[in-house]
Amino acid sequence: MTHVPDGEFGPDLAEVFGPQQSDGGPELVQLLTPEGERTHHAEFDMDFSAEQLRGFYRDMVLTRRIDTESTALQRHGELGIWAQLLGQEAAQIGSGRALRPQDFAFPTYREHGVAWCRGLDPLKLLGLFRGVDQSSWDPAETNFAPYTIIIGAQALHATGYAMGIQRDGAVGTGDPERDAATIGYFGDGASSQGDVNEAFIFAASYNAPVVFFCQNNQWAISEPFERQSRIPLYQRALGFGFPGVRVDGNDVMATYAVTQAALQRAREGSGPTLIEAYTYRMGAHTTTDDPTRYRLSDDVENWKLKDPIARVEAYLRRNGLIDEQFTDALTVEADQLGERLRAGVKELADPSPLSVFDHVYAELPPELAEQRDGYAEYLASFEGAH
Amino acid sequence: MTEKMTLAKALNAGLRQAMEDDPKVLLMGEDVGKLGGVFRITDGLQKDFGEDRVIDSPLAESGIVGTAVGLAMRGYRPVVEIQFDGFVYPAYDQIVSQVAKIRFRTQGRVAMPIVIRIPFGGGIGAVEHHSESPEAQFAHTPGLKVVACSNPVDGYWMIQQAIASDDPVIFLEPKRQYHGAKSEVDTSATPEPLHTSRVVRAGSDVTLLAYGPMVRTCLSAAEAVEGERSVEVIDLRTLSPLDMGPVVESVRRTGRAVVTHEAQVNLGMGAELAARITEQCFYSLEAPVLRVGGFDTPYPASRIEEEWLPDLDRVLDAVDRTFDF
Ligand SMILES: Cc1ncc(C[n+]2csc(CCOP(=O)(O)OP(=O)(O)O)c2C)c(N)n1
Ligand SMILES: [Mg+2]
Repeated sequence: MTHVPDGEFGPDLAEVFGPQQSDGGPELVQLLTPEGERTHHAEFDMDFSAEQLRGFYRDMVLTRRIDTESTALQRHGELGIWAQLLGQEAAQIGSGRALRPQDFAFPTYREHGVAWCRGLDPLKLLGLFRGVDQSSWDPAETNFAPYTIIIGAQALHATGYAMGIQRDGAVGTGDPERDAATIGYFGDGASSQGDVNEAFIFAASYNAPVVFFCQNNQWAISEPFERQSRIPLYQRALGFGFPGVRVDGNDVMATYAVTQAALQRAREGSGPTLIEAYTYRMGAHTTTDDPTRYRLSDDVENWKLKDPIARVEAYLRRNGLIDEQFTDALTVEADQLGERLRAGVKELADPSPLSVFDHVYAELPPELAEQRDGYAEYLASFEGAH
Repeated sequence: MTEKMTLAKALNAGLRQAMEDDPKVLLMGEDVGKLGGVFRITDGLQKDFGEDRVIDSPLAESGIVGTAVGLAMRGYRPVVEIQFDGFVYPAYDQIVSQVAKIRFRTQGRVAMPIVIRIPFGGGIGAVEHHSESPEAQFAHTPGLKVVACSNPVDGYWMIQQAIASDDPVIFLEPKRQYHGAKSEVDTSATPEPLHTSRVVRAGSDVTLLAYGPMVRTCLSAAEAVEGERSVEVIDLRTLSPLDMGPVVESVRRTGRAVVTHEAQVNLGMGAELAARITEQCFYSLEAPVLRVGGFDTPYPASRIEEEWLPDLDRVLDAVDRTFDF
C-alpha cells in the first residue's frame, strides 16, 4: 500500500505522486522534443517513414488553417461561434491518424483535426458553428459521431459502441480488417463528469475495446487543471483497473505511437486504455471567451515554444525530408483551402423554418403534423404582404 | 393461443418474444440477469439468451442509458430497465439530451431504437423514491415517445411494439399490478397500434381519462356508480404522442371530462389534456375539465400513501363536481 504522509492540510500529494510539472513530468511519453530532436522511449518507440511524417505535417498545417480561417470567419459574422483547436493539432492528428477505417471516433466540439482525419469536409463543421444545422455528416459513413456539446456524455457512447463491437465478434479475431475499437475524446474538465467516470467503470467491467483520449489542454474555460484533479489524470486509470499513459500531446509522433498501441490493445481484446495527451489550449475557449481575465500571457508564451507544428517542421528540415518546394506547395494548398472555406461558408443556406419538424421522430405524429401545417399556413398568410 | 398471465408474466413473455424475433434486441439493467430483476420481469431470460444479450450493468443509470446510446449507434436495440421510477434521474441527461435528440441532431441519419422500461407509481408500501410518476417530464421532451400499459394483454403487446419502434420509448409499467390479477393473453391476436387510446368502458354522462395504475381505479369508480351515472373510461395508453381522437369523440358526447393520474397535478398530463380538450371540445363542454392526481407535494411516507394517491372516492368526488356547473 502506498504510504500517504500527512501534511498540515492533509496528505502531501506531491510526495506521493511527484510535483505537477508544467512540462508534463517524467512520465511524459515523448519522441520528438520541442526543439525537433528525435528521442526514444522504451515502451512506445516507433519508426516513421518520411512519407508518414510529411503527411502528419501537412495534416497539422491544414488543420491549423481551418482553425484560423474559421476564427476569422466568426469575426466577420459568418459563424456564430467557433471553438479553436490552436495548439492541439498534434494531439488530434496523431490520434486521428492512428485510427483504422473500421474504428469509430466520438468527438467533443473541438475535434476538428480528428474530423479531418476521418475525411470530413470542414465545411460540415462550419455549418454547425454557423448555426444552419446541428451536425450534418453521416456518422455511419465517416465512423465519426456527431459533435457532442454535453461535457463527457460521449465517453459513454464510445463505450456502448465498443460493447457492440464485442457482440459483433469484431474484437480479438486477429483479422486486421475486422478487429475494431472506439476512441472517446474529452477534455480535462470533462474528467470530473460522472459520465466519464461511469464510462471508465463500464469499459473496465466489460473489458470493452475503447480508448479514452483526454486532451488535457490545462483549461476548462477559465478553470485550471488543478481545479479538476490533484493527481495527474492518467493515473486515475489505475483506480479503474486499466492502464493510463501521459503522452506529450504536442508531439505528433508520440501521440500517434501511444494511440496506435492503445487501439491495437483494444482491438486485440485486452480492454481499455486512458491516454492523457498533455497539451495547451493556445487560443480562447471559444470566440466568445476572453482568456486575459484568468490566465497569464507568460504561460501562453512558454507553451508557444512547444508548438506542435514547429517541432515537426524543424525535424523534417534538419533531416532533409522537406524542401522549399514542399512547403511552398503546402502554403498554396492551405491558401486554397482557406479560400474554399470563405466562399463555401456563404453558400451554407439557412434551413427552412418548417424543417424543424423533420426528424424529431421516424414518422411525424399526426398532432405534430397539425402543428407544422398550422405554422405553414401562418407563414403563408404573410406572403404578398409588405 | 391463449394463456392466463399476470402483468409481470406478460411483460416477460413479450420480452422473450422480441428477443426471439430480433437478435439485435438486448436487455440491460441492474439485477436483470441471474436475479431476473427485482420484480422478476426478466426472469429466466439471461439463462436462455446468454450474458451478452441480458446484461447485468454496473450500478450507474447514466452509464446504462449512455452505453445503450452507443449500442444503438452500432445497430442494436437496447431495452433498458430502470429499477424504480425515482432512480431514472441520474440518467435524465442522457435521456433528454442524447436519446431524445440524436435523430434530430443527425437529420435522421442515426436512429435511437431504445426502450427505457420504468416500473412506476405507488401503492406498494415502499420507502422514498420507489413510488413516483415522472411521465410528464418525459412527455414534455420532443423526440421521446411515452406509453403506459395497464393490463397483461397490453403489457404483452405494447412492450414488443415499443421494441420494434425506431423511436426511443419510455415504457411505464404500473408496478403495483405486476403480480395482480391475471388475464387471458392471446399471443396470436393482432394488437392495436401502439400509439392509440381506447375506450375501455362505454358511458354517456362523463368521460374519465386514465393510464397505467389509474385505469383500474377508474373502472371501479364507474362500476360503483352504475345505474346512477353512466361513466365512460378511456385508457390513454400513449402519453406522447397523445391520441386525441377517442378523447375528443367521447367528450363531445358526454360534455364532461375528468383526467386522473397518480402524478402531481401541477403541470402534469392532466394540464395538457385539459387544454387540448378545451381547445377541441369547447362548444360541447358542460363543465370545466377537472383533474384528480397526487397533491403537489413530494410523494409521502408509505403509511399515508393511500390517502395521498387518488382513489375511487376522490375520482367520484371530481365526477360529482363536474355536475355542479
Ligand atoms: C454538462 C455541461 N456543463 C457545462 C458545459 C459548458 N461548457 C462547455 S465547454 C466547458 C469546458 C470544458 O472543458 P474541457 O473538458 O477541459 O474541454 P476543453 O473545452 O478544454 O476542450 C464548459 C464548462 C457543457 N457544455 N456541458
Ligand atoms: Mg480543457
